[in-house]
Amino acid sequence: MNKIWLIIKREYSTRVKNKTFLLTTFLAPIGIMIFIAALTFVMSRGSDDQKNIVVIDESDLLNGEVKATNNITFSFTKDDLNQSLENYKEGTNDGVLVIAPLNDPTASKYVVNFHSDEQLALDESTRLERSISKKVRNFKLKELEISEELLSNLDTDISIAPKTVKSDKKVSSITSAVGGILGGIVGYAMFFIILIYGMQVMRSVMEEKISRIVEVVISSVKPFQLMMGKVIGVGLVGLTQITIWLLLSIALFTIGSTFFGLDASMATPSLDPELQAQAEAVLSSDSGKEKIAQVMGELSQLNWWKIIPLTLFYFFAGYFAYASLFAAVGSAVGEDINEANSLTMPIMLPLVFAVYIGVSAIQAPNSSVAVWGSMIPLLSSIVMPTRLPMDPPMWQIAVSMLSLIAFVIFFTWLAARIYRVGILMYGKKASFKELAKWIFYKG
Amino acid sequence: MNILSLDNVVKRYHNHTAVNHVSFDIPKGTVFGFLGPNGAGKSSLIRIITSITAADEGRILLDDEPISEMTSSQMGYMPEERGLYKKMKVGEQLLYLAQLKGMSKADAKASIKKWFVKFGIEDWWSKKVDELSKGMQQKIQFIATVVHNPKLLILDEPFSGLDPINTNLIKDEIAELNRQGTSIIFSTHRMEQVEKVCDRIVLINQGEVILEGDVDEVKQDYKDNIFKIEFDGNMPADLQSPHFTIISDDDTSVTIQATEGHNGNELLQNLINKGIEIKSYQEVLPTLNEIFIKKVGESNE
Repeated sequence: MNKIWLIIKREYSTRVKNKTFLLTTFLAPIGIMIFIAALTFVMSRGSDDQKNIVVIDESDLLNGEVKATNNITFSFTKDDLNQSLENYKEGTNDGVLVIAPLNDPTASKYVVNFHSDEQLALDESTRLERSISKKVRNFKLKELEISEELLSNLDTDISIAPKTVKSDKKVSSITSAVGGILGGIVGYAMFFIILIYGMQVMRSVMEEKISRIVEVVISSVKPFQLMMGKVIGVGLVGLTQITIWLLLSIALFTIGSTFFGLDASMATPSLDPELQAQAEAVLSSDSGKEKIAQVMGELSQLNWWKIIPLTLFYFFAGYFAYASLFAAVGSAVGEDINEANSLTMPIMLPLVFAVYIGVSAIQAPNSSVAVWGSMIPLLSSIVMPTRLPMDPPMWQIAVSMLSLIAFVIFFTWLAARIYRVGILMYGKKASFKELAKWIFYKG
Repeated sequence: MNILSLDNVVKRYHNHTAVNHVSFDIPKGTVFGFLGPNGAGKSSLIRIITSITAADEGRILLDDEPISEMTSSQMGYMPEERGLYKKMKVGEQLLYLAQLKGMSKADAKASIKKWFVKFGIEDWWSKKVDELSKGMQQKIQFIATVVHNPKLLILDEPFSGLDPINTNLIKDEIAELNRQGTSIIFSTHRMEQVEKVCDRIVLINQGEVILEGDVDEVKQDYKDNIFKIEFDGNMPADLQSPHFTIISDDDTSVTIQATEGHNGNELLQNLINKGIEIKSYQEVLPTLNEIFIKKVGESNE
């Protein structure tokens, strides 16, 4: 036991002191943050040059008012188009917007001409289109004698409210959405963590084998101890890295939002202004606020005391099983990391498969695929966490956990059997047939 | 008292028997030569002794104790393929390996410092292994093998890849350790290296012991009654005699082999009678290399 501890300590400290680790751990989140900030900055600025656009409002729709943007000012003129274009050529304006008279209140298409050799930026033209469309709508309402009130009466907000029959737990339509998003994030994070750190275990096994230190080490400790120490050590490094990332992003986000006024809506690049506007509208409207409150309520109502420990359990169990298998593969290949590809295939397959099932489980958490996926070991460590926010039945969790534990033990045993033989074999990469033989070697 | 005792050790791999009922003892304090051609089963056997792999059958005692995880701390093993963690600092690495052998951190540190002084490399603690030359790495490898003061040292081809200076350095250290009571196993296929240093040998071929014993006794057993005689003056022309056959001769010496039933005294008598002025007389014993080739050739037939 003492020796495993020594191995864990070495695996952990050599990795954590490594320059690459320090760089990726501390600089990566800062780098991403700077990137987002820079992107936001560029996006919010657009081009630097100020434009003055002349509007000829023949329809009188705009009533002489258009909101100026960061770099466009609008001025209304009674000059005709030719005169304005002359002015454009002389450089007194940067474009002429002609709003043709609108007579037909049922027109479904309405073209507004913009005369300039320079095009408007996408977000600027969308903004302009939206504000004109609003005015056109008001015009049409008036012409067709539809009152705003009447119109709003037509709007009906429909939501399907789930009511449970057997259990008396509270569910709402938002539960599944919130749970789904949460589950999705957890599922994907699980996949990447298992993959990244599993691969690290594999590479580390290969390094020991190639540098031939392994024979010296296993004359002092059992191969099983070395493998376990490695798997645990790398796992702890992963845990450290993730914790630092989480803390750093929270810290950076707090700093960012207090000092630079970055907020969530700015952090998402405004590629689709329409969507952003909608989001803003929802956020500012009463029903929007209500919805946010509802989401927060849902989040606080989730049974975190169950979800967090269970998610951690699935993370550790899944990591353990996969990392051991990666260690076995690392022991079976020779000097060339490319040789490992064909041997990692059977490990990657269930991983990728599990992610797909996880995604479908988000949409249909109680489908038979999701239920079976969350109970079959190797899949369950990714699928079950995606279902946890949706509160799957207790018996499924129990079956899933028991089968996972059994399989973790089995796979670790299997991996150790291959590992102990593999690390002493030199020469070409082993075939699956040979690996199967190694499992049954004595001693 | 034996430091190591093997009793009917067998190791089979799925298509061949690497170690076939091997038994021998190594008395305490000996320098023991573990010889055999490539592929004879030396490495398999060493891996069993160092509990890297387990034997299918048989019993191995280290200092009268069955080998186990507990006994591994009493052995020091230097594999033929040397290996160290390339990115680790020399000091940390040795500390780690010593602690894996069950040493406390303080003891390990003291022992490493002692060896650093011995090799004159006190300032190497914070150097990384891949900054060192190959010869320097060999020294570190040697320290890693002996740092925990093992009772039994197992060195697999210890001098391969060493320059003459380092070879002598390591040889001296091994001799010194042996004087202090450490038993040593040399595993090699290069006989001339062990000829002078080994007290006892075992010769293995195709997984079986084909020869075992004290080096001098083995040589006596395999001697061919060959003598080398140096003389003054001219060699008489009619040296031929039914007592011996001449193997080679030059201006000042002759090497002869006594025929069956005749001993050295008779030879001398015979030569003196012929009026040769003898300066020296010496029995020529076979080298281990000759015995090795002869025995391996026999057993392969």
